[in-house]
Amino acid sequence: MDLLNAFIALANFVLVPAIAYGSQLALGALGVTMIYGILRFSNFAHGDTMAFGTMVTILATWWLQGMGVSLGPLPTALLALPVGIAGCMALLLLTDRAVYRFYRAQRAKPVILVIVSMGVMFILNGLVRFIIGPGDQRFADGERFIVNAREFKAATGLEEGLAVKTTQGITLVTAIVVVAALFWFLGRTRTGKSMRAYSDNEDLALLSGINPERVVTITWLIVAALATIAGVLYGLDKSFKPFTYFQLLLPVFASAIVGGLGNPVGAIAGGFIIAFSEVTITYAWKKVLGHALPESLEPSGLVQLLSTDYKFAVSFVILLIVLLFRPTGLFRGKAV
Amino acid sequence: MKKLLMATAAAALSAGTASADSHAVKIGIILGFTGPIESLTPHMAAGAELAMSEVSESGNLLDGMKVEPVRADSTCIDSGAATAAAERLITAEGIKGIMGADCSGVTGAILSNAALPNGMVMISPSATSPALSTAEDDGLFFRTSPSDARQGVVMTNVLMDRGIDEIALTYTNNDYGKGLADAFQAAFEEAGGTVTISAAHEDGKADYYAEVGALASAGGERLVVAGYVDQGGSGIVRAALDTGAFDSFHFPDGMIGTALEENFGTEIDGSTGQHPGTDSPGKDRFQDMVGDKFEATSPFAPESYDAAALIMLAMQAAGSVEPGDYKTHVMNVANAPGEKIFPGELGKALEIIADGGDVDYVGATAVDLIGPGESAGNYREIIFEDGAITTVQYR
Repeated sequence: MDLLNAFIALANFVLVPAIAYGSQLALGALGVTMIYGILRFSNFAHGDTMAFGTMVTILATWWLQGMGVSLGPLPTALLALPVGIAGCMALLLLTDRAVYRFYRAQRAKPVILVIVSMGVMFILNGLVRFIIGPGDQRFADGERFIVNAREFKAATGLEEGLAVKTTQGITLVTAIVVVAALFWFLGRTRTGKSMRAYSDNEDLALLSGINPERVVTITWLIVAALATIAGVLYGLDKSFKPFTYFQLLLPVFASAIVGGLGNPVGAIAGGFIIAFSEVTITYAWKKVLGHALPESLEPSGLVQLLSTDYKFAVSFVILLIVLLFRPTGLFRGKAV
Repeated sequence: MKKLLMATAAAALSAGTASADSHAVKIGIILGFTGPIESLTPHMAAGAELAMSEVSESGNLLDGMKVEPVRADSTCIDSGAATAAAERLITAEGIKGIMGADCSGVTGAILSNAALPNGMVMISPSATSPALSTAEDDGLFFRTSPSDARQGVVMTNVLMDRGIDEIALTYTNNDYGKGLADAFQAAFEEAGGTVTISAAHEDGKADYYAEVGALASAGGERLVVAGYVDQGGSGIVRAALDTGAFDSFHFPDGMIGTALEENFGTEIDGSTGQHPGTDSPGKDRFQDMVGDKFEATSPFAPESYDAAALIMLAMQAAGSVEPGDYKTHVMNVANAPGEKIFPGELGKALEIIADGGDVDYVGATAVDLIGPGESAGNYREIIFEDGAITTVQYR
């Protein structure tokens, strides 16, 4: 029985990866939920928007690396991030002017906008592959670890190692900063308040003199920033491949819906719920239980609920349960 | 119009008879010229054709008989198309032997649907599925590549010789990965080892923390990664190193490549592996002979040369080009006793056989046929030292 080793093993394989993954999902889900709350449709192109913003960031990172610029122990991509955000903003404003504005002017039903966003998704999908190719791209540089597993073992004398990657630390810090800034903006500034008013009741907002086009433009700008940051953090922590970003759409939507569409707090909570369920349900608990339980109770099997192949199925099941029993999500968003 | 048709038909007929030299034997080359391994097959076919032209030029095969290669597309994945292609070569072209097919699935299909009913000998240069060892073949099927079951045994020996008897195993989720993992697990457990977990991983995922979490939980002295170096295999190794779950690994053939050195360098020092390879002088002679005509080091190109050579040597030994006659001679010419034959010496070998002597065909890949007529296989055991792949020995 050794609770400390059990906790370290748990932290190494469950807590640290799940917190990083949850932060990335939360940022992605915030973008989806903002569009749903203010523009009133589910944006299926969100995964590929993330891919596009990340792609611009990667290209800028390579250019910076070529120029010999670096941030020392931090990844150069952080320096290139503003370029990626600007590129993504330009793209989203362009698609809004070219595509979504037409349907908005017609007051098209949300379901039509969803289908339209699927069209945009396929175009972005192709665009990203056309520019950067369908393969894996690595662009992380700088120090790889905050805490290295081998050094941790040597320093503490424990049986289990703990590893915390620099990218995992950056993910958490960035996510906290971004979320704090977003909530301050929505809650305290005049523009933020006008966006919430527009979201609550469009007609009433128009009557009180809020310019709808301005609200829409600002929404897209914020979404572009959120999507690019989420995408870059995910790519830094794991790797960038257009197809995995397309697949990310499912857990991101699951997070937004579980938390309650249109509710920013819900999106964050949803992100962490999905991440923790995916990781804990597919984790083999043998090692942790082996440390935590007295020897007589040590499990002989792997104590794994589901094989890791079924990771995505977990998001689906949670989504189904929430939609069946609480269609507005845990934090009372809008019904889907 | 009618006249024109008649004339074309007549022309076609005469053209047909003109090319069908009564003093030539046709050998089919059935490989996947389209499909997943289309980048490898041109070199494989060129290897086989090199052996055929060598024999034709020597003029020693059965009173100066010429050998004509006939290519057909196996597609590597479409069993129906492959069977139809083989059927066409056998019935319409009148081939006397098949050098092929390439992928295990289509090879099995051609064997049972075309070769077996027509009594046609086939020698595959690249089908490695263990299932083909036990397929019904009437002694017609051979291969110059080893079965994956053999790699499982070699892998077990490499690990056991180092005193490692408890490992975790992960494989890429396809026929190759699953077949190799199962073969290895069976061999390893039979030798008294323990496989703590055998888990599949999908290629092309963004990260493999979840998979490595399960592998680490199961534990083991070493992690065996039966995957691809350009795909999920490297992702698994990266995640295992990052979390400190494993620091030494064992790699079968799909993982061994320069990319492994570039990705991990000294981080995986002490890790071991094996892949098909030989220190036989035949390999270098084959490369010299090929020069820059095609890529002699391309996978399965030397095996293709050997497969074609075995068919022709067996014909010479039987004194007949009929598959039913020469099928029993394939094993004899491939194995000892007899004079060792290397690439470029096919003319000499034919002469020895004609004079009543024995040959032991070594060829480009140190061919030695065992069991149901498959290559015993030679493997190069490697270890990582200072971030570089170093040869330990050949097995």
